[in-house]
Amino acid sequence: MNADGMWNISSVRSTILRKKISARELAEDFYVRIKRENPHLNAFLALSPERAFAQADRMDSLLARGERLPPLAGVPIAIKDVISTTGIPTTCGSKILENYVPPYDATAVQRLEEAGAVILGKTNCDEFAMGSSNENSAYGPVRNPVAPGRVPGGSSGGSAAAVAAGLAVAALGTETGGSIRQPGACCGIPALMPSYGRVSRYGLIAFASSLDRIGPLATSVEDTAAILGVMAGRDPLDSTSCSVPVPDYQSHLGAAMDGLRIGIPREYFGEGLDPEVRRKVEEAIGVLEKLGCRRVELSMPHTDYAIAVYYVVATAEASSNLARYDGVRYGLREPASTLRDMYRRTRGRGFGAEVKRRIMLGTYALSAGYYDAYYLRAQRVRGLIARDFSEAFQQADVLITPTTPTPTFRLGEHTQDPLQMYLADIFTVTASLAGVPAISVPCGRTAAGLPVGLQIIGPHFREDRVLQVARAYERATQDTAN
Amino acid sequence: MTISREDVLRVAELAHLELTEEELDTYRGQLNSILSYIDKLRALDTSSVEPMAQILHDAPGAESDSLRDDVVKPDASGPEILRQAPDAIPGWFRVPRVMER
Repeated sequence: MNADGMWNISSVRSTILRKKISARELAEDFYVRIKRENPHLNAFLALSPERAFAQADRMDSLLARGERLPPLAGVPIAIKDVISTTGIPTTCGSKILENYVPPYDATAVQRLEEAGAVILGKTNCDEFAMGSSNENSAYGPVRNPVAPGRVPGGSSGGSAAAVAAGLAVAALGTETGGSIRQPGACCGIPALMPSYGRVSRYGLIAFASSLDRIGPLATSVEDTAAILGVMAGRDPLDSTSCSVPVPDYQSHLGAAMDGLRIGIPREYFGEGLDPEVRRKVEEAIGVLEKLGCRRVELSMPHTDYAIAVYYVVATAEASSNLARYDGVRYGLREPASTLRDMYRRTRGRGFGAEVKRRIMLGTYALSAGYYDAYYLRAQRVRGLIARDFSEAFQQADVLITPTTPTPTFRLGEHTQDPLQMYLADIFTVTASLAGVPAISVPCGRTAAGLPVGLQIIGPHFREDRVLQVARAYERATQDTAN
Repeated sequence: MTISREDVLRVAELAHLELTEEELDTYRGQLNSILSYIDKLRALDTSSVEPMAQILHDAPGAESDSLRDDVVKPDASGPEILRQAPDAIPGWFRVPRVMER
């Protein structure tokens, strides 16, 4: 444990190896913290102590037998509730899956456990990962542990809050258009969205299949690198997962920064950017320049269209993916005398307001007479946004932007105006649409003490470079803080 | 263009969603405002670009072995899956009547 009472992967490992604490005692300690803090934070929806203790005991007996411990041995990790876990309720933050218990594990969860991680439980999120504030959960909003009265961001708000509050050493979140990075920024912790195809989606309950990704939130860049390394790589159960070799992300963290070209896309620094966020991000760019990076001003002309593209593509895919919740095979069923009425009533009552709104929007965009005007046109503009990225990466090695246009907002501030809520993702949906990796790392706080996030975006499968820049920035700013 | 009440009803019907009167009104207003925002896409000339339905990577290894052989494998999880159903009998999901006698 470090000075402020927070664990990280390396402190867990060294403490367990020196037998100062057992993996089981550590898990027990985390459950004590969760029971104390969660009634206020509402970050966890389900706890899995039996499974956690069984895994912790396995790690303790490996150590007792003198065997080598796997890389995440005994590390307590929380899992967002849209990721399937055998025997642990998985609700997606929705009433429609209130009693659902998956019969299988997501590949990402399986790989974490094979690496020794201890799964503490499932974290709260916006219903079916649709939202930017966690206020769309059917099980109540999550509180931001570092900014009282504010949202923790969303949709992985429970994962971000759990890590920021020290209720888990790390957590898995998921992204469709900012849902890992934006809560990371709101809660002041590193949060990584890997490339599309880098981490298997098998067992991730689908929202928008061409966009959905799994990634880690943690208290240090190094920990996000370690967790990515364990999860990444081809999985025969997800045909969109790629065979691109997985590098040793941790050993690349200290690579030389001299001469690295950092691209500053001007469209991310225009109207609507909070002045304090702008100042913090400019300062961060200055830090990177001092480390030897070369600043390259560039333009990504289709940035302003990303939210419009996203809300057509993501809702169209969601309207299709969420058709499976019909009261027949799992989850809620509202009784009715005909099959059709049973479908309509189950879905009408089982889904919350935002999910229904997006199903309606997506259904409209795909319906006869509107398909070309909305869905096909949005897919074409998506191609233009992806082209912006490939052109930018000819001029720059990474791109630097703010993660969000404003710091975290007040609970209830945007709930009446869906469009305003959607605009919270204006700087994150672009990388989602293009499929490239990006991380948000903390870059100081506003005068009111609200965390600000710095976004570092890299080319396809260059998580190593994104993490390298993130780590160099983190190290440089920790040095000045001390 | 604006969405009428009939449009909202038609979409709800397609999506199998039972909506209250209040929801119909709310969604009509909100869908209108979201769609008018989305209309900004009309300003762009998209004739030179293909629709992008999925991420296509050009990295080495990205394209390989994405197809597996189409082989049936035994799976014993049927009873476990049926346990999740709101109404099931061994081997079957049960639903309300579909056809009149």
